Amino acid sequence: MTEFIDDVPAFGQAIGLEFTDVRDRVVRLKVPYAEHLVGDPYTGVIHGGVITAALDNGSGWAIRHTDLWEEGISMATLDLRIDYMRPAVPGHDLLIEAECYKKTRTIAFVRAVAYDEDINDPVATSVAAFMLGTPNQPRE
Amino acid sequence: MEILKQLREEGRPEDMQALLEHIPFARFLGVQADIKGNEITMILPFQEKLIGNPILPAIHGGAIGAFLEITAIIQLLFISQCERIPKTVDISVDYLRSGRPVETYGRAIVTRQGRRVANVRSEIWQEARDKPIAASHGHYLLTPI
Repeated sequence: MTEFIDDVPAFGQAIGLEFTDVRDRVVRLKVPYAEHLVGDPYTGVIHGGVITAALDNGSGWAIRHTDLWEEGISMATLDLRIDYMRPAVPGHDLLIEAECYKKTRTIAFVRAVAYDEDINDPVATSVAAFMLGTPNQPRE
Repeated sequence: MEILKQLREEGRPEDMQALLEHIPFARFLGVQADIKGNEITMILPFQEKLIGNPILPAIHGGAIGAFLEITAIIQLLFISQCERIPKTVDISVDYLRSGRPVETYGRAIVTRQGRRVANVRSEIWQEARDKPIAASHGHYLLTPI
């Protein structure tokens, strides 16, 4: 199943994040390489913060854009832990795969991988916990 | 990294604002460094593009994570001389409150600094210092001069 996702948040759009597909509860997305994402101007390696943002966004989508999602329920990231294994190769797109491996009534647990060519040679991996059913009303 | 060497040679190794202007992603986020004495406060001015949840509205968790990480790295570079920008080995972020569409501030404490690895805690807040919106602890790989 592939559905179109048109709710890329402003910050996701600003870093160029694109939804790729979702299949069997695994969500895929990518961040095409771009100059403004660079963390080290001498090597051209993208900033760790870009990877953080893509993993965070992808982890949220692993709940929101799978059959785990219940309409009307909102969610918030509780924690996100990331291990950085190696620098992303300059010029390559950053690819993300995220999967929610456990969901309870109040909490969802998601793991995700960031890579640029081979998923078995990751750039970074993450685990996140999300709280479900948090308020999602405009503030006064 | 050339910029660190250049700042050292110009006798201003603590000029973190000049360093930030050399990092494209920090420039994109608009991160600034405010140095008073031997303390450094990082500033993330609000911009529409930082929004992650347009309904609340709230700043994107990724922007918050990136700001925590930059806060930690700048603190490390402020207190120690490095050959290159420290590399993040891991970071663990606690999201404590949703980030409102206003200016955000950050400070970091280096809890331990070894020869190759440093442990750094960062905390960021908005209206009140005692109501942090997020905190992190991470390990950073150092390349001492």
